[in-house]
Amino acid sequence: MAQADAHYKAPGVAGYPDVPYEEKVRLFGEVKSDIRFGDYLYGCYECGICVAACPSARFYDFSPRRIAQAAAREDVELVYQQMQEDIWECSQCFSCLRCPRGNNPGGIITIMREVAVNNGLASAKEALAGYSRIIYKIMSTGTQVSPDMLQPDAFPDWGPETGDVSANLDLWRRALPPETMHTTTTGWDVADKTLIELYLIWLHTGALDMIDDVDPGLHAILQELMEERLEEEGIEP
Amino acid sequence: MTLIPVEALKRKKEHFERGEEDRRALEDPRAELLALEEQGELTVQKIDREAVTVPTKYGRPKRIQKAHLWHHKSCGQCGHIPGYSTSIFWVMRKLGYDYHDPRDQTSCTAWNYYASATSNSAAQAAVAVRNFAAALETGYFPLIHCGTSYGHYKEVREELIRHPELRAEVRKIMAKLGKPLVLPEEIVHYSEWFHALRDEIAAKQVRDVSQIKVTVHPACHYYKLVEGDAIYDPDIYGGQRTAVVTGLAEALGAEVRTYSTWFDCCGFGFRHILVQRDFTRSFATLRKIEVMKEEADPDVVLTHDTGCVTTLDKSQFAAQAHERNVGVAVMSEAQFAALAMGAHPYKVCQLHWHSADYRPVLEKMGIDWERAWAEFEADLKRLESGEKRYLDWDDVDS
Repeated sequence: MAQADAHYKAPGVAGYPDVPYEEKVRLFGEVKSDIRFGDYLYGCYECGICVAACPSARFYDFSPRRIAQAAAREDVELVYQQMQEDIWECSQCFSCLRCPRGNNPGGIITIMREVAVNNGLASAKEALAGYSRIIYKIMSTGTQVSPDMLQPDAFPDWGPETGDVSANLDLWRRALPPETMHTTTTGWDVADKTLIELYLIWLHTGALDMIDDVDPGLHAILQELMEERLEEEGIEP
Repeated sequence: MTLIPVEALKRKKEHFERGEEDRRALEDPRAELLALEEQGELTVQKIDREAVTVPTKYGRPKRIQKAHLWHHKSCGQCGHIPGYSTSIFWVMRKLGYDYHDPRDQTSCTAWNYYASATSNSAAQAAVAVRNFAAALETGYFPLIHCGTSYGHYKEVREELIRHPELRAEVRKIMAKLGKPLVLPEEIVHYSEWFHALRDEIAAKQVRDVSQIKVTVHPACHYYKLVEGDAIYDPDIYGGQRTAVVTGLAEALGAEVRTYSTWFDCCGFGFRHILVQRDFTRSFATLRKIEVMKEEADPDVVLTHDTGCVTTLDKSQFAAQAHERNVGVAVMSEAQFAALAMGAHPYKVCQLHWHSADYRPVLEKMGIDWERAWAEFEADLKRLESGEKRYLDWDDVDS
């Protein structure tokens, strides 16, 4: 069925494994059961305003309108394809909230991405390959990007200033007047007790376990780090 | 040149203040929070100092507390463009308003969430509430530096208001941390504080910026996410675009010029800026910088969010190699206001962390950047010699 419809790519071309229809129903069920789903989808006028406003639609074969419509029609075949192909192209700028119907295609994509990560879909593994250091940074330190990430080999397209920052990092950070910003490995100095509270949040909400399927190595490192730290403090995880 | 029929729109001001039949006009998160507090569902941190009242998109008045503020910093600003954060602090100090710069603060973690989805609504809400609880403990009222944190926290507030099961889950997690489920009466972005206090800022202005041509990039997560909470003013763009940044630039006397792709995002993309930058570079230059250059020829691009400054500034270098029509300074309106108030371009605004050439706009403001750099280098030598370990606020104004 899927191969006969111009909306779908043949599984062999698509570059990800096909799964039984029932599995697609189950995955869509996870999307639909998110508490936010009903807040994000009301119907579609097919006006295309979301597409006109969408930056990703200009550069990729991507359409927020198709995301909203597939979800509204409960087209589990198309939703599965979108979860394997489209969702990581979204810029998450939420320009699509310009929708006159009140839809939030970007929000639906956020939920679809979560389901893709939770279920270890190929698209999630591919999208997050090369992204591990960022997840490690945010989950372990409480700040997402740090001054020492500004390495010329990591950002060669950002100009020679990146090299200047890197070469003078410690000195230039010490020249910042706010006392909290003399750090090089975190955006600011995060208190120890604050980090422990953050670890408890990751552990108790299941956020840490989400990455087990997509990056088991990273999951193991973070779990060990957090549990050790909590043990030092005499806190039951 | 403006393409907006401002006068005609002003004559129809009654349409800006929408009537009660408009569903959106009835949305008042503040009232809903207070009702939930009455029911014992959560705690609301109240505005307890002098405040300025500003209009929002659908007419709801929003109060901006002037002093005694808890600065919720931005990881992207502090990490990669630190003069952004430093300028916010410096302007507040110059205006004589007290604040708290906490260590008991994490990132909102929303950059990672929008990039990788390796989190969930309960975790995101718990991170937000933990930070708000930390602010409550100090008695200072939260002021959010990052546009994404601000937008995401408004999303979290909506989810907590709408979904009792989420409130129950977050309350349970907060109980483990010994904290209440607390939200502030208003979620306030720093650019709203700058907008509300723009006349006080302009009163302290020491540098003339009337020759400076400015284009404004309004940040998506400021005014597109939970849009009813953003500041709009009938006197700025006829109420058809958010008033922040532009209102401040006009109060300082700069010449604000419009361009056709003002609604487009910057191209940041969250994951794209880190691992798929070909998209980011292309969008930032082709849809934003080149259009601004062609239609408005600005001296400087002003914006009010972490990712937007980074993207629009850093994306120009590679495009220059392809001889594209790029090459314009990019900074936050906080840095621009600080410069107008006499801030040092390196000690305070930290422009040496930026990539696009900012020197021409400094020269147009009457700043001798070569001398300023020599002054900064002299300070660095004091650090290198061991005379001082760190520079402090006294040093930057000496």
